[in-house]
Amino acid sequence: MLINWFRFASPISFYPIAGSWSYAFGALAALFAGAGLVIALWIAPTDATQGDAYRIIFIHVPTAWMAMFIYLVMAGWSALALGFNTRLSAMMAQALAPTGALMAALALWTGAFWGRPTWGTYWAWDARMTSTLILLFLYLGVIALRAALEDPRRADRACAVLALVGAVNVPIIYFSVQWWNTLHQGSSISLTAAPKMAMTMLAGILVMTAAAWSYTIAVVLARVQAIIVERERGAGWLESLIQFPAGGSA
Amino acid sequence: MTAGKPSPLAGTLAVQPAAAEAVADTHASVLAAIGWAVARDFRVALRSKGELGVQLLFYVIVVSLFPLATSPSRETLATLGPGVLWTSALLASLLSLPRLFASDYHDGTLEQIALSSRPLAALVSGKMAAHWLTSGLPVALMAPLLGAQYALEGPVLATLAVSLLLGTPILSLLGAVGAALTLGARGGGTLLALLVLPLYAPVLIFGAGAVDAVRAGVSAAPHLSLLGAGLLVALVGVPFAVAAAVRIALD
Amino acid sequence: MAAQNAIDARRLAAQRGHARLFDGIDFSLPAGEALVVSGPNGSGKTTLLRIVAGLTAPADGELRWRDEPMRPFDTRLRDAVAFNGHMAALKDELTAEENLDAWIALDGPRASRESLAAALDAVALRTQRRLPVRVLSQGQRRRVGLARLALVRRPLWILDEPLTALDADGANMLGALLDGHLAQGGLCVAASHQALPIAPQRVRRLELGAPA
Repeated sequence: MLINWFRFASPISFYPIAGSWSYAFGALAALFAGAGLVIALWIAPTDATQGDAYRIIFIHVPTAWMAMFIYLVMAGWSALALGFNTRLSAMMAQALAPTGALMAALALWTGAFWGRPTWGTYWAWDARMTSTLILLFLYLGVIALRAALEDPRRADRACAVLALVGAVNVPIIYFSVQWWNTLHQGSSISLTAAPKMAMTMLAGILVMTAAAWSYTIAVVLARVQAIIVERERGAGWLESLIQFPAGGSA
Repeated sequence: MTAGKPSPLAGTLAVQPAAAEAVADTHASVLAAIGWAVARDFRVALRSKGELGVQLLFYVIVVSLFPLATSPSRETLATLGPGVLWTSALLASLLSLPRLFASDYHDGTLEQIALSSRPLAALVSGKMAAHWLTSGLPVALMAPLLGAQYALEGPVLATLAVSLLLGTPILSLLGAVGAALTLGARGGGTLLALLVLPLYAPVLIFGAGAVDAVRAGVSAAPHLSLLGAGLLVALVGVPFAVAAAVRIALD
Repeated sequence: MAAQNAIDARRLAAQRGHARLFDGIDFSLPAGEALVVSGPNGSGKTTLLRIVAGLTAPADGELRWRDEPMRPFDTRLRDAVAFNGHMAALKDELTAEENLDAWIALDGPRASRESLAAALDAVALRTQRRLPVRVLSQGQRRRVGLARLALVRRPLWILDEPLTALDADGANMLGALLDGHLAQGGLCVAASHQALPIAPQRVRRLELGAPA
């Protein structure tokens, strides 16, 4: 089944698709989140060492993974935008950044709340948390650069270059922070020392990850619709899709 | 029009209407481009000595301020020293980055550079080299002198100098990407800091880590080799990213 | 048939943000002729020149040089173009002589000291050539640009408002340079409010409309 992918590369064709898929994934996200929360709060057993406080990992781990995945996906769309010079690829990268930043921030926040009752401190300079913090800064940098450049096409390409430079650096940053952390064993609190994974716990984390993925896709597609409307508002085709209020500037 | 009168420029007209003369061998062109950029930027930098002096002074002041905020006991200072000397070098590097492209961008010479027949990656490499010679290198040479204030000893100071000599070029290279991307953008310097500081983190970790290792009596070889490897990779890859960023900025 | 030096522009369009500056611009320019682009402020003259120079991509359409399509920063286009833009492109800290030297050296072999001195002499900057450009007037800075045109060996000259700040003598120098360049088969695309002081039979005109 040959699909002409480039047909979808124009914002015009993609707009309605984004709409329907956004709703579909939104529903999926609700389902997965519901199931995940049931597992997290009821089915998964209380941990012997950490009590019930550990349950926050059902949000912490998925969001930490998503922060990383979304950056890679954003870098992928950025590479497409630079390589094929397509507007939609750049718009997808633009739509992904805020959600990625949100995931990173949530991971840090839930990590702090996990650390407090478990190890008595909100912030332990362990490798993963520090890398996630730097990842958050990288996201904020891309968002800030987009906001600071006036011409949308220039912003597309500049943010794409920045995202790719950041992507090359993410493994280096992770490796260096891990190195630094292992040298300072005295203060290292390994957040990888999560409670031994009972099958139910692992299942719960996977379900919540699926929920996070679905949520991300739903939200990003909705956001890209808004971006398309904002950036293509000069073009006549929008009028056929959206009823603009009478007298409003098109 | 002054018809009939020989133009004063007739003798110097050297217009060649045929296809552009063949560009020389690629290697020669790359080296010539780097040489051109280093010579020009160095000459311009030396004529604005005041600017250079301020950056070095900034480094000295910041490093000297830290002990005022903590205890001046030898123990504390020796523990803080490597981190302070390295972080301040980072900040001094940030401060000097706008100088790299902003002036050329505003007076129109950056356009000329981008339109040159010579490879843009080579031309910007020359600019970054000249930039390092006038910002990173002085800091790297000044640091051991300031390190004495922090009760650090000979071998530690030597490692500090070496780590900075390896690390500051990487800072110049990575910083150049940020400087090129933010040309003419709102928020200038602070935006640049936000973009570039996360990228600086690994350099800081290995650079300051090398000094700490020697202080603890352990070899700094792994840190310094990683810095060296990072420098080589950056030297090869970053100029192309910077060239792309410059073209985007001129669009 | 060997390709001749010629520009072909087809359906060029330019966009600034959400506004379309111009659309459907077509022109051809053979060797030995100049295209003078005129139009009100904001009509996109500078943008059109930058597209022809290869600094920026058009929103639509195609630019051809020697019958080959050109993307921005194409090497063949960079080899052919001498772009004198809006700004004087001089470093304030360097002298006129050093600026001219660097400008010529940027693209190829350095010019000899004698030819630099002669070029600056011809644009009446002999006594000022060792002064930092910072102290020169606008008109004098533009004349360094004229000296550059005299020394550079490029078939396609792109000049943005070349008469700006030039007095009558300066305008005559520009005219002589252009006449000589076109006579030897060079091309020129210039944006100008005023008429260029060159033989009218070599001039084609392009008028850009006011923004909608």
